[in-house]
Amino acid sequence: MNPNPDGAAPMQQNGPAATPVSATLADIAQQFITFTLDAQEYGVDIMMVREIKGWTETTALPQAPHYVRGVINLRGIIVPILDLRARFGMGATEPSRMHVVIIVTTAARTTGLLVDAVSDIVSVEPGAIRAVPQMGQPIEESFLEGLVPLGDRMVTLVSLEGLIGATQAGGTEPHLH
Amino acid sequence: MAQHVMTVDDSKTMRDMVTFTLKRAGFQVSEAEDGQKALTALRTAKVDLIITDLNMPVLDGVGLIRAVRQDAKHRAVPILMLTTESDPAKKAEGRSAGATGWLVKPFDPEKLVDLVRRVCG
Amino acid sequence: MAGFDHLKPTYFEECAELLDVAYDQLPAIADARADAETIHAIFRAIHSIKGGGGAFGFDRMVAFAHRLETVLDLLRDGRLALQPQIGSLLLRSTDVLSDLIAGARTGEEPETGMEADLLQDLRNLEAGAATTVIAADEAQTAPAPAAPALAPRRYRIGFSPHANLFRSANEPLLILRELRRLGMLQVSPDISRLPELAALDPDDAYLAWTLQLETTASRVAIEEVFEFVADDCALSIEAESDAEAAQPASPASAPAGRDAHAAPAEAEPPRAAAPPTAPQAPSLSIRVDVDKVDRLVNLVGELVINQAMLVQLGTYLPPELGSGLITGLETMSQHLRELQESVMAIRAQPVRSVFSRMPRLVRELSAQLGKEVKLVLTGEATEIDKTVIEQLADPLTHLLRNALDHGIEPPDVRQAAGKPRQGTIHLGAEHRGGRIVIEISDDGAGISRAKVLAKARARNLVAADANLSDEEIDQLIFLPGFSTAEAVTDVSGRGVGMDVVKRNIQALGGRIAVESRAGRGSRFLLSLPLTLAILDGMAVAVGPETYIIPLTNIMESLRPKPDSIHAVIGRGDVLAIRGEYVPLTYLHRRFQVPGAVDDPCQGIVVIVESEGTARVGLVVDELLGQLQVVVKSLEANYGPVPGVGGATILGDGRVALILDVSRLDDRKLDRPHQPPRPAAIPSLH
Repeated sequence: MNPNPDGAAPMQQNGPAATPVSATLADIAQQFITFTLDAQEYGVDIMMVREIKGWTETTALPQAPHYVRGVINLRGIIVPILDLRARFGMGATEPSRMHVVIIVTTAARTTGLLVDAVSDIVSVEPGAIRAVPQMGQPIEESFLEGLVPLGDRMVTLVSLEGLIGATQAGGTEPHLH
Repeated sequence: MAQHVMTVDDSKTMRDMVTFTLKRAGFQVSEAEDGQKALTALRTAKVDLIITDLNMPVLDGVGLIRAVRQDAKHRAVPILMLTTESDPAKKAEGRSAGATGWLVKPFDPEKLVDLVRRVCG
Repeated sequence: MAGFDHLKPTYFEECAELLDVAYDQLPAIADARADAETIHAIFRAIHSIKGGGGAFGFDRMVAFAHRLETVLDLLRDGRLALQPQIGSLLLRSTDVLSDLIAGARTGEEPETGMEADLLQDLRNLEAGAATTVIAADEAQTAPAPAAPALAPRRYRIGFSPHANLFRSANEPLLILRELRRLGMLQVSPDISRLPELAALDPDDAYLAWTLQLETTASRVAIEEVFEFVADDCALSIEAESDAEAAQPASPASAPAGRDAHAAPAEAEPPRAAAPPTAPQAPSLSIRVDVDKVDRLVNLVGELVINQAMLVQLGTYLPPELGSGLITGLETMSQHLRELQESVMAIRAQPVRSVFSRMPRLVRELSAQLGKEVKLVLTGEATEIDKTVIEQLADPLTHLLRNALDHGIEPPDVRQAAGKPRQGTIHLGAEHRGGRIVIEISDDGAGISRAKVLAKARARNLVAADANLSDEEIDQLIFLPGFSTAEAVTDVSGRGVGMDVVKRNIQALGGRIAVESRAGRGSRFLLSLPLTLAILDGMAVAVGPETYIIPLTNIMESLRPKPDSIHAVIGRGDVLAIRGEYVPLTYLHRRFQVPGAVDDPCQGIVVIVESEGTARVGLVVDELLGQLQVVVKSLEANYGPVPGVGGATILGDGRVALILDVSRLDDRKLDRPHQPPRPAAIPSLH
């Protein structure tokens, strides 16, 4: 029985209590939803994708960065829409009814990504992800997680944390309170 | 099938801790806020172990233990007292009411799992 | 303790509730009218705080709670008599416990030793009461199990359960199994006590065992296996000499299974199930995650919008089809509104949770200031939106500090003025016409108008020759800059003025008013909306966009004549209205909206006011009409947008931004320390 002087005795953990499960998780293939911007194919972690919906008009936000298209109503929640093409420095998207918004949730924030089209769901073994080469990328490095060769295609994995984290932190003017 | 443990405590924190610890160890866990609610739940549920606090409103731990020991369906169910009670008289009262064993709060999660395995096999 | 961190928020929430319980009941001890149940309730509260705290390793707080609990235990048993001093000691101890909990929550430990005096006082009480309690404590401090010897030893264990062993649902088989985990076990049953079948009571234990255990575990570890049955059996544990070689235990010699005690669980029930021992208290409340309620609020909001869309579609139908539909939808709208109100009501909580923090403040401050003050609380059960409650603590604290510091006079002064030495502060809440009104009144000296006016003049807040009524002078205390340079006392100082209180209240959609009578006291009235989630607004069009302006901010709207617009160098355009100049903010320029009306005389100027200072004229295209909107957060998924307080969803499903009038004026951003203009005075009401 544990001694309990003043009810304050801190307990000792006898050995490893929680065995890490990551060892096995790391071996499991991850699934990505892929989408296109121009001819290039990108992927986002399927676990973070909440839904995919057609483009709807947004309400503009004052003083927002150029790649923030505005906000939409997603069943009562106000969700900002990022123009991914603009974010990647490839010019603004001219959205049409054919364009698609991928709703993703990271760190309790929900964001919509405006892309040209959704193409596929792919399974990727962890070993298959290559580092992003440093040369010739117009896209900020923190937005990218890695490259995956799929047959003759090459899918660029997008880091949602990098992308959305960056948007939140430096997105608007400095906080004034 | 996973064994069913009922944790009875008026502190949600305590219940959450017991639940979290035991679920992680593979037990099925249900919760009750006081002895009376535990008894109500026991009318329809079958449990393999009860872990109860002693100090609770409405019906306290000793009362619960007495009632369970009178209940045909559950009188052979092991009951652990989980308590910070430093008064040995209280513990003795619980024992004489029919508690199987006890564990002093704050509890070590591994110790709890060990004990639970020990008293319900 | 690893693994429990995610439970901490629940724990701290619970601590707050438990402290509320303690604070609710403690005054009864101070008045020596506490009954056993009251003391027991306080005991349980402190006990639960301690129990959870231990699991998270908040040792300092737990140690303190333990002492407090011990004293409560003594009171409960009658070993300590109820006295007012004990009541006050327990109150102060609970205050300190609350600080220690706050320290554990924020990670900012309170000053070392701040609880030392109280700990000593509590210990003294214990020592005075009975020594037996201390002894019981010491008994708990058993030595920790010794480190196991490395070489295996052989033990001979005699285990002979008393007949009543099964009554506590202990199970010899499990004990044997547990022993086997410690090492090699050899088991020989002794069935000599087994009676004839007819005489066998399935509830009794008859078997006994002689066990040989070869283990590296310590004797203490073996004793621990028998811990729960030690009082219900004859037990002997003897170490054999380790020279003797151990024989491997044969599994076949172990008794087989549960039939060792004739399975009492399945036996015929000897007694009918006893009735519950306590009358069943109906469950009156449930605990619900705020997120769940918010989801409900969102969904109902969505329903309202869908319904509006259906009404709109209905108007496109030919009348013979459409009219029936629209009538149906209107009934639905009625129900939806009720549903919405009911859902909002779930978020409502009694103001008790914030009121209950105030007695402590008054206690501490009056001691510090040498004043005698009684705080009277009324209407603690009045309900208001949880979000509003959370934001009320600061303004109320400030107003109470003010009343204590500036309102209530020292006892001698009061006596000289023919008043009771003890001053009274009243903090009350009540519902009045869809709003909640909170009153903070005192029977102190009242606002000293001469002083206020002199100070306002000295700070250049009013013209030297201005002739102000008493009411207007009282309003001066809300002006920014009025109280900032005031001697910053410990008490109501903190560099925060009444202007901040007013701004906080306005940010909640509320209003604040003051009445004062010299020598009789002051009364502050706060009027607050019941919820922050619904707002009365005016929809305005700016180019293709729709914005919502909160109605509480709108003074008036007008289409100005060209000769009333003047360009002022460095100030932009101003609108002359009744002898006052109101600066104009062109919303479309401010928000970079293309295709909007640029000439105020072609559009509408909405004159808005916030923070009780400068009025601004917002230039918009047109007014679209008043409406109630459900306020949604932009910050949840995006971030703060200057000039925008939130968003809402319009009848067509589109998002409209709600303006934050206080943050709209660019010029203020450029010059944050701009002194308020003297012209601000007429706009005070």
